[in-house]
Amino acid sequence: MNQTMTITPAPVRKNIRVNAPPQRAFEVFTAGIGRWWPKTHHIGASDLDKHVIEPRNGGRWFERGVDGVECEVGKVLLWDPPSRLVLSWQLTPDWKFDPNLVTEVEVRFLPDGANATRVELEHRNLDRFGNRADAFRGQIDSPEGWGGLLQLFAQAAER
Amino acid sequence: MTYDTALAALADPTRRRVFEKLHSGPKAVGDIAHGLPVSRPAVSQHLRVLKDAGLVTDRPEGARRVYYIDPRGVGAIRKWLDQFWDVALEAYAEEVKRSERKRR
Repeated sequence: MNQTMTITPAPVRKNIRVNAPPQRAFEVFTAGIGRWWPKTHHIGASDLDKHVIEPRNGGRWFERGVDGVECEVGKVLLWDPPSRLVLSWQLTPDWKFDPNLVTEVEVRFLPDGANATRVELEHRNLDRFGNRADAFRGQIDSPEGWGGLLQLFAQAAER
Repeated sequence: MTYDTALAALADPTRRRVFEKLHSGPKAVGDIAHGLPVSRPAVSQHLRVLKDAGLVTDRPEGARRVYYIDPRGVGAIRKWLDQFWDVALEAYAEEVKRSERKRR
């Protein structure tokens, strides 16, 4: 039986309570991202120096390696301090930047009592990872892709 | 990928650790085996099961072969991100705590 089925994966939703008012929580999340982003996760060839989020709509989100090389992660889609931030996440599962892959990370900062903030994070459009994978497979199978290169190689080798 | 196969593949604790090693990026068998209490052939065996379940895939990189989380298995991607954000947000909350202490 030939089944065509589309599964829409649920967004990843997380929330955490931090002991600071929203303004500070927003600042640490954005301006301070270089101090908390896990050093184990990086795109560049060298070790991670730090992550940077440019504080404006359309700003870049990138990482800088200890060798000074910058690698894009995504963009600031919405800069609305101190309550809301939307970023695009354009990294594939093999930890590479892909300009055609756009998933969204929305972060909300909600006051929780006098001196605390409830931070809600949603990473959505996860189905696009799948679409992208299909497009990528198509590319590999196309004459311009690996198949074509291998043919050229074979022709050169036979000469 | 069916979710049943993926879940069954991840039910084994050692195999889950093999899978989790790939959360930070592609790795060769030797790097995956490092720190795990099992032999390299055993790790290869686990990778084969994960690959059959659509959770990981591989590509040659120079003389060796590296394994990474299969982008077609969106369920696996979701699990990867789910765990990634846990780690990241915990580090973030710690940093808020640290910087608030410094301000006082």
